[in-house]
Amino acid sequence: MRGRQKITVYILFLLVMGSCGLAQAAGLVSDTEFGADNEIVVQFSIPVDREVAGDPENYTVYEESDPDIRLPITAVSLSSDGTEAILSFADPLNTTAKHIVTATGIGGVEQSTFSVSKSYFGYLLSILLSALIINNFVFTKYLGLCVFFGTSKRKETAKGMGVVFTIVIVVAVSMSWVLYQYILKPFSLDYLQIVIFIGLTSLTVQAVDTVLRKVNPILFKSFGVYLVLVIANCVIIAVPLLMASNGYNYFETFMLSLGAGGGFLLALYLMSSVSERVELAKVPPSFKGLPIAFIVAGQFAMAFLGFSGLQLF
Amino acid sequence: MATDKSSLQLVANGILKENPIFKLALSMCPAVGISTTVINGLMLGTAVLFVQVFSSVTISLLKNFIHPRIRIPTYTLTIATWVTVIDLSLAAYFPAAYAKMGIFVKIIVAFAIITMRLEMFACKEPVKSSFWDGLGMGLGFMVGMVVIGFVRELLGSGAILGYDVLGFKPLLFFILPSAGFFVVGLMMGFFNWIETYYAERKKR
Repeated sequence: MRGRQKITVYILFLLVMGSCGLAQAAGLVSDTEFGADNEIVVQFSIPVDREVAGDPENYTVYEESDPDIRLPITAVSLSSDGTEAILSFADPLNTTAKHIVTATGIGGVEQSTFSVSKSYFGYLLSILLSALIINNFVFTKYLGLCVFFGTSKRKETAKGMGVVFTIVIVVAVSMSWVLYQYILKPFSLDYLQIVIFIGLTSLTVQAVDTVLRKVNPILFKSFGVYLVLVIANCVIIAVPLLMASNGYNYFETFMLSLGAGGGFLLALYLMSSVSERVELAKVPPSFKGLPIAFIVAGQFAMAFLGFSGLQLF
Repeated sequence: MATDKSSLQLVANGILKENPIFKLALSMCPAVGISTTVINGLMLGTAVLFVQVFSSVTISLLKNFIHPRIRIPTYTLTIATWVTVIDLSLAAYFPAAYAKMGIFVKIIVAFAIITMRLEMFACKEPVKSSFWDGLGMGLGFMVGMVVIGFVRELLGSGAILGYDVLGFKPLLFFILPSAGFFVVGLMMGFFNWIETYYAERKKR
């Protein structure tokens, strides 16, 4: 019980920290955030001159990664007390990128530069959610299907496989990150990615197998069979490759692997719930077994298409 | 304990009797994911063919030196090596096609079909029959990918190999990524139906 309370407090602390990440420390601009799709909201600490602050000419905005591409501002609307300005843009902004805003002559300051970005905590959550639902590895990237169709006939099997897979992928990808960051990248050994990543995964599987067999034989009896299957799952190699090509740091990598494992568990559980019902239904004899499972999975994939483009944080 | 099958029988076995996609239902990810055109299927099929043949021959050559307890990691690392070779060669010589296939070339390393053939066949049989078995399995995979790609390309965009043959698009739905599941499911059901139909006719 006390352990759970501790965790709750910790999560609350993280949430507060995350929302504080939005705040800007310096002088004139007290807070910035993304408004609607094509808006940036700027809070000033003092009321500013309407003439100057209301003129779009006085602002330049660009994404931190491409300073040469200036984003065109169509209008600036100030609130009645002059402490909030909403910059409207011609096109929707890419809210995952950090934006740099330079304001000229506002509030008597010749030039003030400030950045707009989403809170880091929200960004981490968006990676998790993206791997879990929006870019679910099974239904939208079509990976890991062999194991998916093999173990989604019973809910019990589905849960076992999903949990074992999540544990192995988090451990294996964490180790891959360390190796990639401190050995492969500094020594320019990028071409060894595949060998290293799959080798680490087989090592993890072997290690979990040995440890579980000694520490908890009962758990091993129920989960041991799935360990062999983990290595035949394409997701386990796709996640470290994605991590390497996106240049993620450790927290992002952790969230990605957790999301990938959780997404696999989710997909398996959904599929097994349907499979148990399909067995009782009247299916044409030539479609029994795998063919109908494929068609059900296709319907799931179409349902998951509905999540595409979803942005929560 | 060499197999008594001839090389031709081994190849035919891979293409028809134990087709990796339609019969063994292994390595379904690319069959669903990137089989939207014939050319995609042909490219990935070639890559898998090379990896399967080279890995089978390598394991068959080394089978007496591999300790049975560590055979699975050995297979995995052998496959990973050959996948790296194919991956780098494709990236160097066919950059356009490689970009289209994306991550699928790299994940050949986790394809169940290759490990399974090493475990079931190459670790027991001599080099020559392992070579033919690998060739058969690779060709079987390629044929499966091309057939699915053919159906999807013809019905989805009315074209074959990029040439417009129908002049109209019968079912645009088939070219969508998620339709891969439906196409594979329907084709599997169709093949099952043909099989039972001929079995019944033989009985009479």
